Amino acid sequence: MNIHTNEALGLDLKNRPDISYIANLIKPGERVLDLGCGYGELMLILKNKGVRVQGIEKDDKCIIQCVKKSLYVHHGDIDDGLKHHLDHSFDFVILNQTIQQTLNPGDIIKECLRIGKQVIIVFPNFSHWQIRTSILLSGKTPVTDLMPFHWYDTPNLHYLSGKDFEDFCEFERIKILHRAFFNRTRQIKLFPNLYATLALFVIRA
Amino acid sequence: MPTSETNDFFHGSVGVVQTNIVTFESLTLEGGETITPLEIAYETYGTLNEKKDNAILVCHALSGDAHAAGFHEGDKRPGWWDYYIGPGKAFDTNRYFIISSNVIGGCKGSSGPLSKNGKTGSTFQSTFPFVSIGDMVNAQEKLVRHFGIHKLFAVAGGSMGGMQALQWSVAYPDRLKNCIVMASSSEHSAQQIAFNEVGRQAILSDPNWNQGLYTQDKRPSKGLALARMMGHITYLSDEMMREKFGRKPPKGNIQSTDFAVGSYLIYQGESFVDRFDANSYIYVTKALDHFSLGTGKELTKVLAKVRCRFLVIAYTSDWLYPPYQSEEIVKSLEVNAVPVSFIELNNPAGHDSFLLPSEEQDSILRDFLSATDEGGFF
Repeated sequence: MNIHTNEALGLDLKNRPDISYIANLIKPGERVLDLGCGYGELMLILKNKGVRVQGIEKDDKCIIQCVKKSLYVHHGDIDDGLKHHLDHSFDFVILNQTIQQTLNPGDIIKECLRIGKQVIIVFPNFSHWQIRTSILLSGKTPVTDLMPFHWYDTPNLHYLSGKDFEDFCEFERIKILHRAFFNRTRQIKLFPNLYATLALFVIRA
Repeated sequence: MPTSETNDFFHGSVGVVQTNIVTFESLTLEGGETITPLEIAYETYGTLNEKKDNAILVCHALSGDAHAAGFHEGDKRPGWWDYYIGPGKAFDTNRYFIISSNVIGGCKGSSGPLSKNGKTGSTFQSTFPFVSIGDMVNAQEKLVRHFGIHKLFAVAGGSMGGMQALQWSVAYPDRLKNCIVMASSSEHSAQQIAFNEVGRQAILSDPNWNQGLYTQDKRPSKGLALARMMGHITYLSDEMMREKFGRKPPKGNIQSTDFAVGSYLIYQGESFVDRFDANSYIYVTKALDHFSLGTGKELTKVLAKVRCRFLVIAYTSDWLYPPYQSEEIVKSLEVNAVPVSFIELNNPAGHDSFLLPSEEQDSILRDFLSATDEGGFF
């Protein structure tokens, strides 16, 4: 999870439609791996629901906060920290606003599909109309409240839209089980690639 | 070095304490031999509650002992983990009952080479049987049972203490709730064995060695001091040494040491001789080198037995027990779906980091212990 974004938006996660959507997908007792779990807000929601959740995070400040919440976190880098996990050992692997920050998103998604029976991917939708117009009008890399960084200080290495992700899944023959789009307060059903700030996909191999 | 008083995240002291010795009839070692009687030196801090479910066993490293916190009468320096054990500290003696015991094979009161052999009436010295980390843990288990404790709230330790904690989790999976492993490993690498071997060879080549049958007034002191000097190099980090000693003062003296780091090591070596026994050094380093829960798939299989929560802490600057060894333990636990938290702290002090004051370490230990997880993963 992108901690900077959450802080910048000052959002209460529990009331966020994308978070409740994820929480509704996962049943108590299921095993979940949260990649880039940040301060563990999503993990805590899932844990309180009875989900067996563990995380990976590279920021040590985040790990300390997770331990405070009685969450189990591995201090490490997703780019090389998944190999030991056995095939399909998790019911869900979650990439909540993480994938755009990894070095090799394609490889990581394939690795997630190996260790998770299902994979939940959430990312900022780069084709949101505000971003489109911002680039068009200013001719500069957009700085929005969802992606509040400059080109020189952003943790985001990749920018993708819902459509980009669907193309990727088609090319890689990855099965899309669910797709949902959100802005900060609600689910977006009409022209989501234009109006949604967040895109969520549930996929499996 | 900062003291307990200069860090606002460290609070009280357990005050004046003393080491006790408890005697058991015997302990049969993994090698088949029996120690009769078995003596264990220990200290406790805090109060065991009525349910006897608040006990934490802290395990010491190579040259440590039962004196983990507080002061012995007249001492200026507290026990080896005083930063973390005491009222209001991470191992809060207002909440927990802390037990620290000297390992068998050691020389600080528990059965070891300095003990008297009941059969011959003389000191064991190098005739004391070979001791393993498993034996050390089995002896601790007797002590824990002596207190009437069935399940420890936690077992914690760094370095060799971390190996003991790990061993507890596989030897007595139902007897501990939490396991804290710091700056440790599931087995020694060839490099770690190599350092220990140099230390042992230094002792073995001392003119006073006499196959370990030396007298106290003619001990292999020079060899033991050399072993300790070697050890000290591995406990620190390049950065720490550079900061502490730099290259001063190079005077070009052929006859004696001319660098500050040399004087420091000589001092550490010489003062170690006064408080440690050469035979014990050999027994304990051999126990360390022989300990193996395996690596990779083998380790994963061994750790399938564990039934407790884990906290594993590594230190970026630790080149004696590098973080990859901690991560190996963590990964094997994760494959077994064991609840485990792993953090690599960026303390500059090398292997010794786990003993030193650190706000991050304080809060992670405190919070891990406080965040009881009744639901559990199992």
